[in-house]
Amino acid sequence: MKRRTSRRQFLLSSGAAAGFGLVSVLHVKPARATPAAMQEAIRKAVGPASVITGKVKLELPPLVENGNAVPLAVSVESPMTAADHVRAIHVFTEKNPQPEVVSFRLGPRAGRAGVATRIRLADTQTVIAICELSDGSFWSGSADVVVTLAACLEEP
Amino acid sequence: MASALINVPPRARRGEIIEVKTLISHPMETGYRRSQLGELIPRDIIRLFVCTYNGTEVFRAELHPAIAANPFIVFSTVATESGTLAFHWSGDNGFSVAESVAITVE
Repeated sequence: MKRRTSRRQFLLSSGAAAGFGLVSVLHVKPARATPAAMQEAIRKAVGPASVITGKVKLELPPLVENGNAVPLAVSVESPMTAADHVRAIHVFTEKNPQPEVVSFRLGPRAGRAGVATRIRLADTQTVIAICELSDGSFWSGSADVVVTLAACLEEP
Repeated sequence: MASALINVPPRARRGEIIEVKTLISHPMETGYRRSQLGELIPRDIIRLFVCTYNGTEVFRAELHPAIAANPFIVFSTVATESGTLAFHWSGDNGFSVAESVAITVE
Protein backbone atom coordinates (compact mmCIF):
# COMPACT_ATOMS: atom_id res chain seq x y z
CA MET A 1 0.00 0.00 0.00
CA LYS A 2 2.68 2.30 1.05
CA ARG A 3 4.68 1.45 -2.07
CA ARG A 4 1.84 2.40 -4.41
CA THR A 5 1.46 5.76 -2.78
CA SER A 6 5.11 6.44 -3.14
CA ARG A 7 5.06 5.49 -6.82
CA ARG A 8 2.15 7.83 -7.39
CA GLN A 9 3.96 10.53 -5.58
CA PHE A 10 7.03 9.83 -7.62
CA LEU A 11 5.12 10.04 -10.90
CA LEU A 12 3.40 13.20 -9.81
CA SER A 13 6.57 14.85 -8.75
CA SER A 14 8.51 13.71 -11.81
CA GLY A 15 5.72 14.96 -14.05
CA ALA A 16 5.81 18.26 -12.28
CA ALA A 17 9.58 18.35 -12.56
CA ALA A 18 9.40 17.56 -16.28
CA GLY A 19 6.85 20.29 -16.76
CA PHE A 20 8.94 22.71 -14.78
CA GLY A 21 12.00 21.66 -16.73
CA LEU A 22 10.26 22.31 -20.01
CA VAL A 23 9.13 25.72 -18.86
CA SER A 24 12.56 26.61 -17.57
CA VAL A 25 14.22 25.43 -20.81
CA LEU A 26 11.93 27.71 -22.79
CA HIS A 27 12.65 30.46 -20.34
CA VAL A 28 16.43 29.97 -20.35
CA LYS A 29 16.69 30.19 -24.15
CA PRO A 30 18.44 33.51 -24.63
CA ALA A 31 16.88 36.33 -26.55
CA ARG A 32 18.68 36.41 -29.90
CA ALA A 33 19.37 39.52 -31.84
CA THR A 34 17.80 39.20 -35.25
CA PRO A 35 19.00 40.66 -38.55
CA ALA A 36 16.31 43.30 -37.92
CA ALA A 37 17.85 44.16 -34.54
CA MET A 38 21.23 44.41 -36.23
CA GLN A 39 19.82 46.78 -38.85
CA GLU A 40 18.41 48.89 -36.03
CA ALA A 41 21.78 48.97 -34.22
CA ILE A 42 23.50 49.92 -37.48
CA ARG A 43 20.95 52.69 -38.02
CA LYS A 44 21.72 53.99 -34.53
CA ALA A 45 25.46 54.13 -35.21
CA VAL A 46 25.23 55.40 -38.78
CA GLY A 47 22.28 57.77 -38.59
CA PRO A 48 20.47 58.74 -41.78
CA ALA A 49 23.58 58.22 -43.99
CA SER A 50 23.62 55.30 -46.40
CA VAL A 51 26.20 52.54 -46.09
CA ILE A 52 28.16 51.56 -49.20
CA THR A 53 29.74 48.12 -49.53
CA GLY A 54 33.49 48.23 -50.00
CA LYS A 55 36.79 49.60 -48.66
CA VAL A 56 36.46 47.59 -45.42
CA LYS A 57 38.24 44.26 -45.07
CA LEU A 58 36.95 42.10 -42.24
CA GLU A 59 39.09 39.10 -41.45
CA LEU A 60 37.55 36.22 -39.50
CA PRO A 61 38.30 32.52 -39.70
CA PRO A 62 35.62 30.91 -41.93
CA LEU A 63 35.24 27.97 -39.55
CA VAL A 64 35.37 28.55 -35.81
CA GLU A 65 35.64 25.69 -33.33
CA ASN A 66 35.19 27.77 -30.21
CA GLY A 67 32.93 30.81 -30.40
CA ASN A 68 34.27 32.14 -27.09
CA ALA A 69 37.35 33.72 -28.62
CA VAL A 70 37.33 34.40 -32.34
CA PRO A 71 40.17 36.50 -33.74
CA LEU A 72 38.82 39.46 -35.69
CA ALA A 73 40.79 41.98 -37.72
CA VAL A 74 39.40 44.97 -39.58
CA SER A 75 41.35 47.08 -42.02
CA VAL A 76 40.18 49.96 -44.17
CA GLU A 77 41.71 51.36 -47.35
CA SER A 78 42.49 54.87 -46.23
CA PRO A 79 45.54 57.14 -46.43
CA MET A 80 44.88 58.20 -42.80
CA THR A 81 45.79 61.85 -43.37
CA ALA A 82 44.23 64.82 -41.56
CA ALA A 83 42.02 65.43 -44.61
CA ASP A 84 41.03 61.82 -45.30
CA HIS A 85 40.96 59.33 -42.45
CA VAL A 86 38.79 56.77 -40.73
CA ARG A 87 36.91 58.20 -37.78
CA ALA A 88 35.34 55.03 -36.43
CA ILE A 89 34.96 51.32 -37.06
CA HIS A 90 31.89 49.52 -35.71
CA VAL A 91 31.37 45.76 -35.68
CA PHE A 92 27.91 44.12 -35.58
CA THR A 93 26.61 40.56 -35.50
CA GLU A 94 23.32 39.08 -36.62
CA LYS A 95 22.63 36.42 -34.03
CA ASN A 96 24.50 37.27 -30.85
CA PRO A 97 22.21 38.26 -27.94
CA GLN A 98 23.22 41.87 -28.64
CA PRO A 99 24.07 43.10 -32.15
CA GLU A 100 26.81 45.54 -31.09
CA VAL A 101 30.27 44.02 -30.70
CA VAL A 102 32.74 46.87 -30.53
CA SER A 103 33.26 50.45 -31.69
CA PHE A 104 36.78 51.70 -32.35
CA ARG A 105 37.46 55.44 -32.60
CA LEU A 106 40.60 56.44 -34.40
CA GLY A 107 42.01 59.40 -36.27
CA PRO A 108 44.94 60.52 -38.41
CA ARG A 109 47.29 59.75 -35.50
CA ALA A 110 46.65 56.04 -36.05
CA GLY A 111 48.77 56.07 -39.22
CA ARG A 112 47.09 52.94 -40.51
CA ALA A 113 43.41 51.97 -40.36
CA GLY A 114 43.80 48.50 -38.94
CA VAL A 115 42.55 47.09 -35.65
CA ALA A 116 42.25 43.61 -34.19
CA THR A 117 40.60 41.98 -31.20
CA ARG A 118 38.95 38.73 -30.12
CA ILE A 119 35.18 38.39 -30.07
CA ARG A 120 32.45 35.96 -29.02
CA LEU A 121 30.07 34.43 -31.53
CA ALA A 122 26.87 32.70 -30.42
CA ASP A 123 26.02 31.06 -33.73
CA THR A 124 26.89 30.56 -37.37
CA GLN A 125 26.23 33.98 -38.78
CA THR A 126 27.32 37.03 -40.73
CA VAL A 127 29.51 39.64 -39.07
CA ILE A 128 29.52 43.18 -40.46
CA ALA A 129 32.11 45.92 -39.99
CA ILE A 130 31.16 49.50 -40.82
CA CYS A 131 33.63 52.34 -40.98
CA GLU A 132 32.98 56.04 -40.85
CA LEU A 133 35.31 58.23 -42.91
CA SER A 134 36.21 61.83 -42.18
CA ASP A 135 34.08 62.98 -45.14
CA GLY A 136 31.00 61.52 -43.40
CA SER A 137 30.53 58.51 -45.66
CA PHE A 138 30.05 54.99 -44.35
CA TRP A 139 31.51 51.83 -45.85
CA SER A 140 30.96 48.23 -44.88
CA GLY A 141 32.50 44.80 -45.21
CA SER A 142 31.18 41.47 -44.02
CA ALA A 143 32.28 37.92 -43.33
CA ASP A 144 30.36 34.66 -42.91
CA VAL A 145 31.44 32.46 -40.04
CA VAL A 146 30.51 28.87 -39.22
CA VAL A 147 30.63 28.29 -35.45
CA THR A 148 30.66 24.76 -34.05
CA LEU A 149 30.80 25.57 -30.31
CA ALA A 150 28.74 28.62 -29.49
CA ALA A 151 29.63 31.20 -26.87
CA CYS A 152 27.20 32.64 -24.30
CA LEU A 153 25.19 29.45 -23.73
CA GLU A 154 27.36 27.30 -21.50
CA GLU A 155 27.16 27.25 -17.72
CA PRO A 156 30.21 28.42 -15.83
CA MET B 1 43.74 41.91 -9.34
CA ALA B 2 43.56 42.78 -12.90
CA SER B 3 46.81 42.86 -14.73
CA ALA B 4 47.61 44.21 -18.15
CA LEU B 5 50.17 43.25 -20.74
CA ILE B 6 51.24 45.89 -23.22
CA ASN B 7 53.51 45.45 -26.19
CA VAL B 8 54.92 48.67 -27.63
CA PRO B 9 58.32 48.92 -29.36
CA PRO B 10 60.58 50.75 -26.86
CA ARG B 11 62.17 52.87 -29.58
CA ALA B 12 61.00 54.00 -32.99
CA ARG B 13 61.95 56.37 -35.78
CA ARG B 14 60.03 59.65 -36.01
CA GLY B 15 56.97 59.20 -38.19
CA GLU B 16 57.08 55.42 -38.02
CA ILE B 17 53.79 53.59 -37.59
CA ILE B 18 54.04 51.42 -34.49
CA GLU B 19 51.74 48.58 -33.55
CA VAL B 20 50.37 48.54 -30.01
CA LYS B 21 49.06 45.29 -28.54
CA THR B 22 47.22 45.25 -25.24
CA LEU B 23 45.84 42.40 -23.19
CA ILE B 24 44.12 42.70 -19.83
CA SER B 25 42.84 39.96 -17.58
CA HIS B 26 39.09 40.31 -17.09
CA PRO B 27 36.26 37.73 -17.19
CA MET B 28 34.00 39.90 -19.45
CA GLU B 29 30.89 38.28 -17.96
CA THR B 30 28.23 38.79 -20.62
CA GLY B 31 25.12 39.04 -18.44
CA TYR B 32 23.42 36.42 -20.62
CA ARG B 33 24.75 33.31 -18.87
CA ARG B 34 22.97 31.48 -16.07
CA SER B 35 24.50 29.76 -13.07
CA GLN B 36 23.74 26.10 -12.30
CA LEU B 37 20.89 27.35 -10.11
CA GLY B 38 19.35 29.03 -13.13
CA GLU B 39 20.02 32.56 -11.93
CA LEU B 40 21.22 35.14 -14.39
CA ILE B 41 24.86 36.07 -13.71
CA PRO B 42 25.03 39.87 -13.67
CA ARG B 43 27.00 41.60 -16.40
CA ASP B 44 30.58 42.54 -15.57
CA ILE B 45 32.50 43.87 -18.56
CA ILE B 46 35.07 46.46 -19.51
CA ARG B 47 33.15 49.11 -21.41
CA LEU B 48 35.84 51.54 -22.48
CA PHE B 49 39.49 51.46 -23.45
CA VAL B 50 41.37 54.68 -24.14
CA CYS B 51 44.95 55.24 -25.26
CA THR B 52 46.60 58.65 -24.95
CA TYR B 53 49.99 59.64 -26.38
CA ASN B 54 51.59 62.39 -24.27
CA GLY B 55 48.12 63.46 -23.15
CA THR B 56 46.46 63.40 -26.60
CA GLU B 57 43.88 60.71 -27.22
CA VAL B 58 44.89 58.56 -30.18
CA PHE B 59 42.61 55.57 -29.86
CA ARG B 60 39.43 54.57 -28.09
CA ALA B 61 37.36 51.38 -28.10
CA GLU B 62 33.85 50.93 -26.74
CA LEU B 63 33.44 47.29 -25.78
CA HIS B 64 30.24 45.25 -25.55
CA PRO B 65 29.59 41.79 -24.03
CA ALA B 66 30.57 40.16 -27.35
CA ILE B 67 34.25 40.85 -26.66
CA ALA B 68 36.00 37.67 -25.50
CA ALA B 69 37.28 37.30 -21.95
CA ASN B 70 40.66 38.97 -21.33
CA PRO B 71 40.19 41.68 -23.96
CA PHE B 72 42.98 41.76 -26.52
CA ILE B 73 43.15 44.92 -28.60
CA VAL B 74 45.62 45.71 -31.37
CA PHE B 75 45.88 49.12 -33.02
CA SER B 76 48.54 51.38 -34.46
CA THR B 77 49.77 54.89 -33.94
CA VAL B 78 52.40 57.18 -35.44
CA ALA B 79 55.50 57.67 -33.30
CA THR B 80 55.60 61.47 -33.19
CA GLU B 81 57.77 62.25 -30.15
CA SER B 82 59.38 60.63 -27.14
CA GLY B 83 57.11 60.31 -24.16
CA THR B 84 54.55 57.99 -22.68
CA LEU B 85 51.66 56.02 -24.02
CA ALA B 86 49.00 55.83 -21.32
CA PHE B 87 46.27 53.19 -21.37
CA HIS B 88 43.06 53.19 -19.38
CA TRP B 89 40.43 50.47 -19.11
CA SER B 90 37.14 51.17 -17.31
CA GLY B 91 33.98 49.18 -16.87
CA ASP B 92 31.24 47.73 -14.68
CA ASN B 93 31.52 47.54 -10.89
CA GLY B 94 33.93 50.45 -10.80
CA PHE B 95 36.60 48.62 -12.79
CA SER B 96 39.45 50.96 -13.63
CA VAL B 97 43.02 50.10 -14.54
CA ALA B 98 45.66 52.48 -15.85
CA GLU B 99 49.03 51.56 -17.32
CA SER B 100 51.68 53.52 -19.15
CA VAL B 101 54.66 52.69 -21.32
CA ALA B 102 57.59 54.92 -22.24
CA ILE B 103 58.68 55.26 -25.85
CA THR B 104 61.83 56.83 -27.27
CA VAL B 105 61.53 58.41 -30.71
CA GLU B 106 64.69 59.19 -32.64
